[in-house]
Amino acid sequence: MILAAALLAVLAILLAWPVPLAVARSAWPDRAPGTALLLWQAIALAGVLSLIGSLLAAGLAPYGDHLLAALRAFASESVRGSLPPGTTALSGLALAAALLLGGHLVANLVLTVVRTERQRARHRSLLLMLSAPMPEAPRTRLLDAEAPIAYCLPGTARSLTVLSAGLVDLLSDQEVQGVVEHERAHLRQHHALVLVAFRAWRIALPWFPVASRAQDAVGLLTEMLADDEARTKVPDPVLARAITAVASGGGVLGEPGADQPAADPSSVERRVRRLVHPAPVPGYVRVLVPLAAIALVVVPPVLLAAPAFTG
Amino acid sequence: MQSLGELERTALEQLWDADEPLTPGALRDRLGTGDDRGLALTTVMTVLSRLEKKGFVARDRSTRPATYAPVHAREEYVAEVMHDALGTAGDRTEALARFVGRASADETAALRRLLGLD
Repeated sequence: MILAAALLAVLAILLAWPVPLAVARSAWPDRAPGTALLLWQAIALAGVLSLIGSLLAAGLAPYGDHLLAALRAFASESVRGSLPPGTTALSGLALAAALLLGGHLVANLVLTVVRTERQRARHRSLLLMLSAPMPEAPRTRLLDAEAPIAYCLPGTARSLTVLSAGLVDLLSDQEVQGVVEHERAHLRQHHALVLVAFRAWRIALPWFPVASRAQDAVGLLTEMLADDEARTKVPDPVLARAITAVASGGGVLGEPGADQPAADPSSVERRVRRLVHPAPVPGYVRVLVPLAAIALVVVPPVLLAAPAFTG
Repeated sequence: MQSLGELERTALEQLWDADEPLTPGALRDRLGTGDDRGLALTTVMTVLSRLEKKGFVARDRSTRPATYAPVHAREEYVAEVMHDALGTAGDRTEALARFVGRASADETAALRRLLGLD
């Protein structure tokens, strides 16, 4: 178990710093956003599993040689109120940390989901009073606002796409179609579920730089995936023009001020660049990255259960 | 016939437009100018009680019949929605998926060059 704990700790450190940094800096995710999204999910899941797994393995080492036996021994020893030989303050501490961290992550996920749902419900309730339905597009509302705005409001039962009057004025019909297809793709592909998980991860681990880096990367990748869906309905240059026009505020809004966070400078440009200069996905990305993603998620449980590492 | 949700919206708009609290009867008269001529008073009451439950209107029981008025001005709700939609509401903006964030002038210029527009 000690060997498993050490190997998992190494994996946790790799996934907390060098691996996400390398992925964030590479160029291929813009060309294969779906594959990159899969990899980020694997990194997040494997990172959490290896961190908790490492602490759990270290904490349970006195109880048995592998996880299941150790957990059984832990349950029976706890009932009797006794500690096995080899229990140290350190192993007790590791066990407590594993349980606290696991509980903290689960509690944060639940809290974030509840809070996000509440914010959406509040926004939806106001929106329904302030916007008119667009007869030509189902589940689409027109907001009477000068600023060019488009967004979607995910919901379990009723999701809405919102366009402002300013946006409809600013863009051509085909550009508006591109925007609508983009927002529908978010809803169809359930991007909100992935995003809320990464949002919870960032809130749970504020001292973990990788969590906010991952959230930014995943946010941009879902935008690219939605762009790719819109590209099947409107030509690339049309979509690129729509993104540029809305990002610049159509001249209605001033510069992003102190209260208004500007978009990450490179993110809009990266979205437009891949539309203007499309590049093929490298072959190794298509094959190796999905394999790596699966391996990442499989390794921590195998390390905890396999007898070879439990000596 | 409009859906109940749309009826709530037009009713609230009428209450916003009115300078004073309205009785259900007065509201029905204001609503009855369009396609919904002859809206039943019970329907207006239902709409008002739903709006009250959602916190959009308040009922004044001291008058008879009771009168209804909006709790907040329209502008306050618009400001809240725009805050969320423009990304100025901080963390709350994460609850919705915006098409694209705001770019600075420098960045806009870079985008236009990329598109070959300048």
